[in-house]
Amino acid sequence: MRTNSLILILVTLLSFSAGAQKFITKTGHIKFYSDGAVEKIEAHNRQVSSMLDAATGQFVFKVLLKSFEFEKALMQEHFNENYVESDKFPDSKFIGNVTNIKEINVAKDGSYDAQVDGMLTLHGVTNHVKTKGTFEVKQGKLVGKAKFTITLADYKITIPGAVVNSISKTVDISVDITLDKAN
Amino acid sequence: MKRKLLLIFAFIGMISVTTVKAQDDLMAMLNQGEKPSIDYTTATFKSTHIIIGQSIETAPTGNLNFVITHHFGALNSGYENLFGLKQAAIRLGLEYGVTRWLGVAVGINTDKNTWDGSAKIKLLRQCKGAKHMPVTVDIFGNTAIYTTKFTDPTRTNYFSSRLSYAVQLLVARKFGNSLSLQITPSYVHKNMVPMADDKNDIFTLGGGGRLKLSQRVSINAEYHHLFPKQVVSTKSYDSFSFGVDIETGGHVFQIFLTNSYGEYEQTYLTETRGKWSNGNIFLGFNINRMFTIVNHKMAKE
Repeated sequence: MRTNSLILILVTLLSFSAGAQKFITKTGHIKFYSDGAVEKIEAHNRQVSSMLDAATGQFVFKVLLKSFEFEKALMQEHFNENYVESDKFPDSKFIGNVTNIKEINVAKDGSYDAQVDGMLTLHGVTNHVKTKGTFEVKQGKLVGKAKFTITLADYKITIPGAVVNSISKTVDISVDITLDKAN
Repeated sequence: MKRKLLLIFAFIGMISVTTVKAQDDLMAMLNQGEKPSIDYTTATFKSTHIIIGQSIETAPTGNLNFVITHHFGALNSGYENLFGLKQAAIRLGLEYGVTRWLGVAVGINTDKNTWDGSAKIKLLRQCKGAKHMPVTVDIFGNTAIYTTKFTDPTRTNYFSSRLSYAVQLLVARKFGNSLSLQITPSYVHKNMVPMADDKNDIFTLGGGGRLKLSQRVSINAEYHHLFPKQVVSTKSYDSFSFGVDIETGGHVFQIFLTNSYGEYEQTYLTETRGKWSNGNIFLGFNINRMFTIVNHKMAKE
Protein backbone atom coordinates (compact mmCIF):
# COMPACT_ATOMS: atom_id res chain seq x y z
CA MET A 1 0.00 0.00 0.00
CA ARG A 2 2.71 2.36 1.05
CA THR A 3 4.87 1.54 -1.98
CA ASN A 4 1.85 1.98 -4.25
CA SER A 5 1.11 5.45 -3.01
CA LEU A 6 4.78 6.30 -3.22
CA ILE A 7 4.81 5.25 -6.88
CA LEU A 8 1.64 7.24 -7.48
CA ILE A 9 3.20 10.34 -5.96
CA LEU A 10 6.37 9.80 -7.93
CA VAL A 11 4.48 9.36 -11.19
CA THR A 12 2.39 12.43 -10.50
CA LEU A 13 5.48 14.44 -9.70
CA LEU A 14 7.25 13.16 -12.78
CA SER A 15 4.38 13.94 -15.10
CA PHE A 16 4.00 17.32 -13.46
CA SER A 17 7.64 18.17 -14.01
CA ALA A 18 7.37 16.90 -17.57
CA GLY A 19 4.24 19.02 -18.07
CA ALA A 20 6.03 22.10 -16.83
CA GLN A 21 8.52 21.70 -19.65
CA LYS A 22 5.87 21.79 -22.36
CA PHE A 23 4.99 24.89 -24.33
CA ILE A 24 1.90 25.36 -26.48
CA THR A 25 0.08 27.76 -28.81
CA LYS A 26 -3.17 27.64 -30.79
CA THR A 27 -2.70 30.98 -32.49
CA GLY A 28 0.61 30.63 -34.25
CA HIS A 29 1.15 32.36 -37.55
CA ILE A 30 2.28 30.75 -40.78
CA LYS A 31 2.69 32.78 -43.93
CA PHE A 32 3.26 31.33 -47.32
CA TYR A 33 4.56 33.30 -50.19
CA SER A 34 5.23 32.31 -53.75
CA ASP A 35 6.58 34.74 -56.28
CA GLY A 36 5.75 33.53 -59.77
CA ALA A 37 6.24 35.30 -63.08
CA VAL A 38 2.62 36.47 -63.18
CA GLU A 39 1.00 35.62 -59.87
CA LYS A 40 2.37 36.57 -56.48
CA ILE A 41 0.53 34.46 -53.97
CA GLU A 42 0.50 35.26 -50.29
CA ALA A 43 -1.58 33.64 -47.58
CA HIS A 44 -1.74 33.82 -43.82
CA ASN A 45 -2.89 31.34 -41.25
CA ARG A 46 -3.21 32.60 -37.70
CA GLN A 47 -4.72 29.48 -36.16
CA VAL A 48 -1.63 27.30 -36.13
CA SER A 49 -1.33 24.85 -33.24
CA SER A 50 2.10 23.91 -32.03
CA MET A 51 3.66 22.23 -29.04
CA LEU A 52 7.24 21.95 -27.83
CA ASP A 53 8.60 19.66 -25.15
CA ALA A 54 11.58 21.66 -23.90
CA ALA A 55 12.94 18.66 -22.00
CA THR A 56 13.27 16.40 -25.03
CA GLY A 57 13.15 18.86 -27.92
CA GLN A 58 10.09 17.21 -29.44
CA PHE A 59 8.24 19.72 -31.58
CA VAL A 60 4.90 19.33 -33.40
CA PHE A 61 2.71 21.54 -35.59
CA LYS A 62 -0.81 21.23 -36.93
CA VAL A 63 -2.28 23.56 -39.53
CA LEU A 64 -5.85 23.56 -40.87
CA LEU A 65 -5.51 24.33 -44.56
CA LYS A 66 -8.94 25.95 -44.83
CA SER A 67 -7.76 28.58 -42.32
CA PHE A 68 -5.32 30.09 -44.81
CA GLU A 69 -6.55 33.52 -45.86
CA PHE A 70 -5.73 34.96 -49.26
CA GLU A 71 -6.14 38.44 -50.63
CA LYS A 72 -8.13 37.15 -53.59
CA ALA A 73 -11.14 34.94 -52.85
CA LEU A 74 -10.62 33.01 -56.07
CA MET A 75 -7.06 32.11 -55.06
CA GLN A 76 -8.34 30.77 -51.75
CA GLU A 77 -10.93 28.66 -53.56
CA HIS A 78 -8.36 27.30 -56.01
CA PHE A 79 -5.87 26.62 -53.20
CA ASN A 80 -8.40 24.48 -51.32
CA GLU A 81 -10.20 22.97 -54.28
CA ASN A 82 -7.46 22.34 -56.84
CA TYR A 83 -4.06 22.41 -55.16
CA VAL A 84 -4.05 21.07 -51.59
CA GLU A 85 -7.50 19.40 -51.88
CA SER A 86 -8.42 20.33 -48.32
CA ASP A 87 -11.63 18.25 -48.42
CA LYS A 88 -9.49 15.12 -48.73
CA PHE A 89 -6.52 16.35 -46.68
CA PRO A 90 -7.87 18.90 -44.20
CA ASP A 91 -4.66 19.53 -42.28
CA SER A 92 -0.91 19.61 -42.57
CA LYS A 93 1.28 18.23 -39.77
CA PHE A 94 4.89 18.53 -38.73
CA ILE A 95 6.39 16.03 -36.31
CA GLY A 96 10.01 16.62 -35.41
CA ASN A 97 12.63 17.83 -33.02
CA VAL A 98 14.61 20.85 -32.00
CA THR A 99 17.88 18.95 -32.27
CA ASN A 100 19.94 21.42 -30.25
CA ILE A 101 17.39 21.81 -27.44
CA LYS A 102 20.18 21.38 -24.85
CA GLU A 103 21.59 24.74 -25.94
CA ILE A 104 18.29 26.51 -25.30
CA ASN A 105 17.66 27.53 -21.71
CA VAL A 106 13.93 28.16 -21.46
CA ALA A 107 14.41 29.54 -17.94
CA LYS A 108 16.71 32.32 -19.06
CA ASP A 109 15.67 35.26 -21.25
CA GLY A 110 17.62 35.60 -24.44
CA SER A 111 17.79 34.68 -28.08
CA TYR A 112 18.85 31.21 -29.17
CA ASP A 113 19.51 29.57 -32.52
CA ALA A 114 17.41 26.50 -33.13
CA GLN A 115 17.94 23.54 -35.45
CA VAL A 116 14.64 21.97 -36.43
CA ASP A 117 14.42 18.61 -38.11
CA GLY A 118 11.38 16.47 -38.82
CA MET A 119 8.68 15.15 -41.12
CA LEU A 120 6.16 17.44 -42.81
CA THR A 121 2.90 15.96 -44.09
CA LEU A 122 0.97 17.93 -46.68
CA HIS A 123 -1.53 16.76 -49.33
CA GLY A 124 -1.11 13.19 -48.01
CA VAL A 125 2.65 13.16 -48.69
CA THR A 126 5.33 13.16 -45.99
CA ASN A 127 8.78 14.61 -46.57
CA HIS A 128 11.83 15.33 -44.47
CA VAL A 129 12.26 19.02 -43.61
CA LYS A 130 15.26 20.62 -41.94
CA THR A 131 15.65 24.29 -41.15
CA LYS A 132 17.33 26.81 -38.87
CA GLY A 133 15.35 29.24 -36.80
CA THR A 134 15.46 31.21 -33.59
CA PHE A 135 13.84 30.94 -30.20
CA GLU A 136 13.53 34.02 -28.07
CA VAL A 137 12.85 33.38 -24.42
CA LYS A 138 11.00 36.30 -22.91
CA GLN A 139 9.26 36.29 -19.54
CA GLY A 140 8.49 32.60 -19.64
CA LYS A 141 7.28 32.74 -23.24
CA LEU A 142 8.99 31.25 -26.23
CA VAL A 143 8.88 33.14 -29.52
CA GLY A 144 9.90 30.83 -32.35
CA LYS A 145 10.70 31.98 -35.87
CA ALA A 146 11.79 29.98 -38.89
CA LYS A 147 11.76 30.05 -42.67
CA PHE A 148 11.98 27.24 -45.15
CA THR A 149 11.08 26.47 -48.75
CA ILE A 150 9.07 23.56 -50.06
CA THR A 151 8.74 22.33 -53.64
CA LEU A 152 5.12 21.69 -54.63
CA ALA A 153 6.01 18.64 -56.73
CA ASP A 154 7.48 16.93 -53.62
CA TYR A 155 3.96 16.92 -52.17
CA LYS A 156 2.30 15.80 -55.41
CA ILE A 157 0.69 19.23 -55.81
CA THR A 158 0.44 19.72 -59.56
CA ILE A 159 0.33 23.00 -61.40
CA PRO A 160 -1.87 22.81 -64.51
CA GLY A 161 -0.21 23.32 -67.89
CA ALA A 162 -2.12 26.54 -68.59
CA VAL A 163 -0.53 28.39 -65.65
CA VAL A 164 2.70 26.43 -65.23
CA ASN A 165 4.79 29.42 -66.33
CA SER A 166 2.91 32.04 -64.35
CA ILE A 167 3.09 30.60 -60.85
CA SER A 168 6.10 29.49 -58.84
CA LYS A 169 6.98 25.83 -58.32
CA THR A 170 8.27 26.51 -54.81
CA VAL A 171 6.66 28.14 -51.81
CA ASP A 172 8.42 30.04 -49.03
CA ILE A 173 7.02 29.28 -45.60
CA SER A 174 7.54 31.63 -42.64
CA VAL A 175 6.64 30.43 -39.18
CA ASP A 176 6.10 32.82 -36.29
CA ILE A 177 4.77 31.38 -33.04
CA THR A 178 4.54 32.51 -29.44
CA LEU A 179 4.48 29.49 -27.16
CA ASP A 180 3.10 29.70 -23.64
CA LYS A 181 3.78 27.28 -20.82
CA ALA A 182 1.29 24.41 -21.03
CA ASN A 183 -0.60 23.58 -17.86
CA MET B 1 29.87 -9.72 -26.19
CA LYS B 2 26.70 -11.08 -27.74
CA ARG B 3 24.79 -10.22 -24.62
CA LYS B 4 26.21 -6.71 -24.60
CA LEU B 5 25.15 -6.13 -28.22
CA LEU B 6 21.68 -7.44 -27.47
CA LEU B 7 21.46 -5.08 -24.53
CA ILE B 8 22.48 -2.12 -26.71
CA PHE B 9 19.92 -3.02 -29.36
CA ALA B 10 17.23 -3.40 -26.74
CA PHE B 11 18.20 -0.04 -25.32
CA ILE B 12 18.09 1.69 -28.74
CA GLY B 13 14.74 0.02 -29.42
CA MET B 14 13.34 1.27 -26.14
CA ILE B 15 14.50 4.82 -26.82
CA SER B 16 13.03 4.96 -30.31
CA VAL B 17 9.73 3.51 -29.08
CA THR B 18 9.49 6.10 -26.32
CA THR B 19 10.42 8.92 -28.71
CA VAL B 20 7.75 8.02 -31.26
CA LYS B 21 5.23 7.52 -28.50
CA ALA B 22 6.11 10.84 -26.91
CA GLN B 23 5.64 12.66 -30.20
CA ASP B 24 2.28 11.01 -30.73
CA ASP B 25 1.39 12.05 -27.21
CA LEU B 26 2.47 15.59 -27.98
CA MET B 27 0.25 15.60 -31.10
CA ALA B 28 -2.60 14.09 -29.05
CA MET B 29 -2.16 16.79 -26.40
CA LEU B 30 -2.24 19.38 -29.16
CA ASN B 31 -5.50 17.98 -30.51
CA GLN B 32 -6.97 17.93 -27.03
CA GLY B 33 -9.42 20.68 -26.24
CA GLU B 34 -9.43 21.71 -29.88
CA LYS B 35 -12.56 23.59 -30.69
CA PRO B 36 -14.34 21.83 -33.56
CA SER B 37 -14.65 24.34 -36.39
CA ILE B 38 -17.43 24.74 -38.94
CA ASP B 39 -16.33 23.37 -42.28
CA TYR B 40 -18.28 25.18 -44.99
CA THR B 41 -18.56 23.55 -48.39
CA THR B 42 -16.92 25.55 -51.15
CA ALA B 43 -17.16 25.45 -54.93
CA THR B 44 -20.39 23.46 -55.22
CA PHE B 45 -20.43 24.83 -58.76
CA LYS B 46 -17.63 26.57 -60.59
CA SER B 47 -19.75 29.41 -61.81
CA THR B 48 -22.88 31.37 -60.96
CA HIS B 49 -24.78 29.45 -63.65
CA ILE B 50 -25.04 25.65 -63.89
CA ILE B 51 -25.38 26.14 -67.64
CA ILE B 52 -28.11 28.60 -68.57
CA GLY B 53 -29.82 28.75 -65.19
CA GLN B 54 -28.66 30.08 -61.84
CA SER B 55 -26.51 28.00 -59.52
CA ILE B 56 -26.27 28.61 -55.77
CA GLU B 57 -22.93 30.35 -56.30
CA THR B 58 -22.50 34.10 -56.12
CA ALA B 59 -19.40 36.15 -56.83
CA PRO B 60 -17.17 36.16 -53.73
CA THR B 61 -17.39 39.28 -51.56
CA GLY B 62 -15.79 42.24 -53.31
CA ASN B 63 -15.51 40.38 -56.61
CA LEU B 64 -17.07 41.29 -59.94
CA ASN B 65 -17.93 38.50 -62.33
CA PHE B 66 -18.30 39.49 -65.98
CA VAL B 67 -20.43 36.93 -67.81
CA ILE B 68 -20.66 36.80 -71.57
CA THR B 69 -23.44 34.47 -72.67
CA HIS B 70 -23.66 33.54 -76.32
CA HIS B 71 -26.18 31.26 -78.02
CA PHE B 72 -25.75 30.60 -81.74
CA GLY B 73 -28.68 29.95 -84.07
CA ALA B 74 -30.34 26.55 -84.54
CA LEU B 75 -28.05 23.65 -85.49
CA ASN B 76 -30.70 22.36 -87.96
CA SER B 77 -30.89 25.66 -89.87
CA GLY B 78 -28.74 24.26 -92.66
CA TYR B 79 -25.56 25.23 -94.49
CA GLU B 80 -27.17 28.46 -95.73
CA ASN B 81 -27.06 29.67 -92.13
CA LEU B 82 -23.79 27.85 -91.39
CA PHE B 83 -25.73 25.65 -88.94
CA GLY B 84 -26.61 28.61 -86.79
CA LEU B 85 -23.27 30.41 -86.77
CA LYS B 86 -24.72 33.41 -88.62
CA GLN B 87 -27.14 34.17 -85.85
CA ALA B 88 -26.65 34.87 -82.17
CA ALA B 89 -28.32 35.92 -78.97
CA ILE B 90 -25.97 37.59 -76.54
CA ARG B 91 -26.29 38.60 -72.92
CA LEU B 92 -23.65 40.62 -71.11
CA GLY B 93 -23.92 40.43 -67.35
CA LEU B 94 -22.11 41.91 -64.37
CA GLU B 95 -22.46 40.15 -61.05
CA TYR B 96 -21.07 41.57 -57.82
CA GLY B 97 -20.61 39.91 -54.44
CA VAL B 98 -21.78 42.48 -51.88
CA THR B 99 -21.41 40.14 -48.91
CA ARG B 100 -20.97 36.43 -48.45
CA TRP B 101 -24.77 36.04 -48.55
CA LEU B 102 -25.78 38.65 -51.13
CA GLY B 103 -25.00 38.88 -54.83
CA VAL B 104 -26.48 41.46 -57.21
CA ALA B 105 -26.41 41.48 -60.99
CA VAL B 106 -27.40 43.46 -64.06
CA GLY B 107 -27.52 42.29 -67.64
CA ILE B 108 -28.43 43.32 -71.18
CA ASN B 109 -29.79 40.81 -73.65
CA THR B 110 -30.08 41.15 -77.42
CA ASP B 111 -33.49 39.45 -77.28
CA LYS B 112 -35.90 42.43 -77.42
CA ASN B 113 -33.13 44.58 -75.88
CA THR B 114 -34.00 43.27 -72.48
CA TRP B 115 -32.35 44.63 -69.35
CA ASP B 116 -32.46 42.57 -66.22
CA GLY B 117 -31.54 43.22 -62.63
CA SER B 118 -31.36 40.52 -60.00
CA ALA B 119 -30.38 39.58 -56.48
CA LYS B 120 -29.37 36.23 -55.06
CA ILE B 121 -29.54 35.75 -51.30
CA LYS B 122 -27.91 32.85 -49.48
CA LEU B 123 -30.29 31.52 -46.82
CA LEU B 124 -28.42 28.36 -45.75
CA ARG B 125 -24.86 27.18 -46.31
CA GLN B 126 -23.90 23.53 -46.54
CA CYS B 127 -21.43 22.68 -43.78
CA LYS B 128 -20.17 19.97 -41.50
CA GLY B 129 -18.11 19.85 -38.34
CA ALA B 130 -19.31 21.94 -35.40
CA LYS B 131 -22.49 22.73 -37.31
CA HIS B 132 -24.27 20.47 -39.76
CA MET B 133 -26.30 21.58 -42.76
CA PRO B 134 -26.90 19.16 -45.65
CA VAL B 135 -27.72 21.74 -48.34
CA THR B 136 -27.07 25.26 -49.49
CA VAL B 137 -30.26 27.25 -50.16
CA ASP B 138 -30.49 30.51 -52.10
CA ILE B 139 -33.41 32.61 -53.18
CA PHE B 140 -33.03 34.34 -56.51
CA GLY B 141 -35.23 37.10 -57.88
CA ASN B 142 -35.06 39.21 -61.01
CA THR B 143 -36.93 41.87 -62.94
CA ALA B 144 -36.67 42.09 -66.71
CA ILE B 145 -37.62 45.03 -68.91
CA TYR B 146 -37.75 44.73 -72.68
CA THR B 147 -37.02 48.02 -74.38
CA THR B 148 -37.81 47.50 -78.08
CA LYS B 149 -40.89 49.27 -79.56
CA PHE B 150 -44.29 47.85 -78.69
CA THR B 151 -45.45 45.42 -81.36
CA ASP B 152 -48.86 47.08 -81.69
CA PRO B 153 -48.43 50.86 -81.31
CA THR B 154 -52.10 51.53 -82.15
CA ARG B 155 -53.44 50.36 -78.85
CA THR B 156 -52.81 51.83 -75.40
CA ASN B 157 -49.53 50.43 -74.18
CA TYR B 158 -48.47 50.66 -70.56
CA PHE B 159 -44.89 50.73 -69.35
CA SER B 160 -45.73 47.95 -66.92
CA SER B 161 -46.39 45.64 -69.89
CA ARG B 162 -42.64 45.59 -70.47
CA LEU B 163 -41.96 44.05 -67.07
CA SER B 164 -41.69 40.45 -66.02
CA TYR B 165 -40.33 38.81 -62.91
CA ALA B 166 -38.84 35.50 -61.86
CA VAL B 167 -38.30 34.01 -58.41
CA GLN B 168 -36.34 30.81 -57.88
CA LEU B 169 -35.45 28.69 -54.90
CA LEU B 170 -32.03 27.11 -55.41
CA VAL B 171 -31.33 24.05 -53.26
CA ALA B 172 -27.99 22.34 -53.83
CA ARG B 173 -25.76 19.76 -52.25
CA LYS B 174 -22.17 18.87 -53.00
CA PHE B 175 -21.70 15.11 -52.59
CA GLY B 176 -18.05 14.46 -51.86
CA ASN B 177 -15.57 16.20 -54.08
CA SER B 178 -16.88 15.62 -57.56
CA LEU B 179 -20.68 15.52 -57.68
CA SER B 180 -23.02 18.46 -57.07
CA LEU B 181 -26.78 18.45 -57.59
CA GLN B 182 -29.35 21.23 -57.46
CA ILE B 183 -33.15 21.42 -57.43
CA THR B 184 -34.68 24.61 -58.77
CA PRO B 185 -38.40 25.37 -58.43
CA SER B 186 -39.22 28.59 -60.29
CA TYR B 187 -42.05 31.08 -60.52
CA VAL B 188 -42.36 33.55 -63.38
CA HIS B 189 -44.80 36.43 -63.52
CA LYS B 190 -45.40 38.28 -66.79
CA ASN B 191 -47.44 41.46 -66.71
CA MET B 192 -48.30 40.97 -70.37
CA VAL B 193 -48.90 37.63 -72.10
CA PRO B 194 -49.74 37.07 -75.82
CA MET B 195 -53.25 35.65 -75.38
CA ALA B 196 -55.95 35.62 -72.73
CA ASP B 197 -55.55 31.84 -72.30
CA ASP B 198 -51.88 32.23 -71.40
CA LYS B 199 -51.23 32.39 -67.70
CA ASN B 200 -49.52 35.39 -66.16
CA ASP B 201 -48.17 33.24 -63.34
CA ILE B 202 -46.10 30.30 -64.52
CA PHE B 203 -44.54 27.55 -62.44
CA THR B 204 -41.67 25.26 -63.40
CA LEU B 205 -39.60 22.65 -61.60
CA GLY B 206 -36.07 21.89 -62.61
CA GLY B 207 -32.60 21.12 -61.55
CA GLY B 208 -29.13 20.36 -62.64
CA GLY B 209 -25.79 19.05 -61.66
CA ARG B 210 -22.14 18.78 -62.38
CA LEU B 211 -19.71 15.90 -62.32
CA LYS B 212 -16.02 16.72 -62.08
CA LEU B 213 -13.86 14.82 -64.56
CA SER B 214 -10.65 16.39 -63.33
CA GLN B 215 -9.64 19.21 -60.99
CA ARG B 216 -10.58 21.77 -63.63
CA VAL B 217 -13.04 20.13 -66.02
CA SER B 218 -16.61 19.05 -65.32
CA ILE B 219 -19.65 17.96 -67.30
CA ASN B 220 -22.89 19.70 -66.47
CA ALA B 221 -26.55 19.12 -67.25
CA GLU B 222 -29.66 21.15 -66.54
CA TYR B 223 -33.38 20.57 -67.01
CA HIS B 224 -36.53 22.63 -66.35
CA HIS B 225 -40.03 21.18 -66.61
CA LEU B 226 -42.78 23.60 -67.60
CA PHE B 227 -46.07 22.42 -66.11
CA PRO B 228 -48.82 22.13 -68.77
CA LYS B 229 -51.74 24.52 -69.45
CA GLN B 230 -49.73 27.63 -68.58
CA VAL B 231 -48.18 28.65 -71.89
CA VAL B 232 -50.81 27.69 -74.51
CA SER B 233 -50.85 30.17 -77.43
CA THR B 234 -47.32 29.17 -78.47
CA LYS B 235 -45.53 25.90 -77.96
CA SER B 236 -42.87 25.97 -75.24
CA TYR B 237 -40.84 22.85 -74.51
CA ASP B 238 -38.99 21.79 -71.38
CA SER B 239 -35.52 23.27 -71.36
CA PHE B 240 -32.60 20.86 -71.44
CA SER B 241 -28.94 21.78 -71.62
CA PHE B 242 -25.78 19.72 -71.55
CA GLY B 243 -22.20 20.93 -71.53
CA VAL B 244 -18.67 21.17 -70.23
CA ASP B 245 -17.08 23.57 -67.72
CA ILE B 246 -13.40 24.37 -68.16
CA GLU B 247 -11.68 26.39 -65.49
CA THR B 248 -8.43 28.23 -66.10
CA GLY B 249 -7.30 30.47 -63.24
CA GLY B 250 -9.50 33.57 -63.42
CA HIS B 251 -11.82 32.29 -66.17
CA VAL B 252 -14.50 29.65 -66.33
CA PHE B 253 -15.55 28.63 -69.83
CA GLN B 254 -18.84 26.81 -70.28
CA ILE B 255 -19.58 25.25 -73.66
CA PHE B 256 -22.93 23.57 -74.16
CA LEU B 257 -25.85 22.51 -76.30
CA THR B 258 -29.34 23.69 -75.35
CA ASN B 259 -32.83 23.86 -76.79
CA SER B 260 -33.35 27.28 -75.18
CA TYR B 261 -32.45 30.29 -77.29
CA GLY B 262 -33.33 32.60 -74.41
CA GLU B 263 -30.67 33.56 -71.91
CA TYR B 264 -32.53 34.81 -68.87
CA GLU B 265 -35.03 33.07 -66.59
CA GLN B 266 -38.28 34.33 -68.13
CA THR B 267 -37.26 33.14 -71.60
CA TYR B 268 -35.57 29.79 -70.99
CA LEU B 269 -38.27 28.72 -68.52
CA THR B 270 -41.37 29.73 -70.51
CA GLU B 271 -40.27 30.43 -74.10
CA THR B 272 -38.15 27.44 -75.08
CA ARG B 273 -39.02 26.92 -78.73
CA GLY B 274 -36.34 24.43 -79.65
CA LYS B 275 -36.92 20.69 -79.71
CA TRP B 276 -34.01 18.29 -79.15
CA SER B 277 -35.49 15.53 -81.36
CA ASN B 278 -35.61 17.91 -84.36
CA GLY B 279 -32.07 19.09 -83.90
CA ASN B 280 -33.60 22.46 -83.21
CA ILE B 281 -30.94 23.11 -80.62
CA PHE B 282 -28.32 25.78 -80.11
CA LEU B 283 -24.60 25.72 -79.51
CA GLY B 284 -23.68 28.16 -76.80
CA PHE B 285 -20.98 29.29 -74.45
CA ASN B 286 -20.57 31.36 -71.28
CA ILE B 287 -17.33 33.09 -70.44
CA ASN B 288 -16.98 34.00 -66.78
CA ARG B 289 -14.18 36.40 -65.89
CA MET B 290 -13.68 37.25 -62.22
CA PHE B 291 -12.23 40.62 -61.20
CA THR B 292 -11.19 41.31 -57.63
CA ILE B 293 -12.45 44.81 -56.81
CA VAL B 294 -11.95 44.84 -53.05
CA ASN B 295 -9.08 42.73 -51.77
CA HIS B 296 -9.77 40.56 -48.78
CA LYS B 297 -8.37 42.38 -45.75
CA MET B 298 -5.48 40.51 -44.23
CA ALA B 299 -3.77 41.65 -41.09
CA LYS B 300 -0.13 42.12 -42.04
CA GLU B 301 2.52 41.07 -39.60
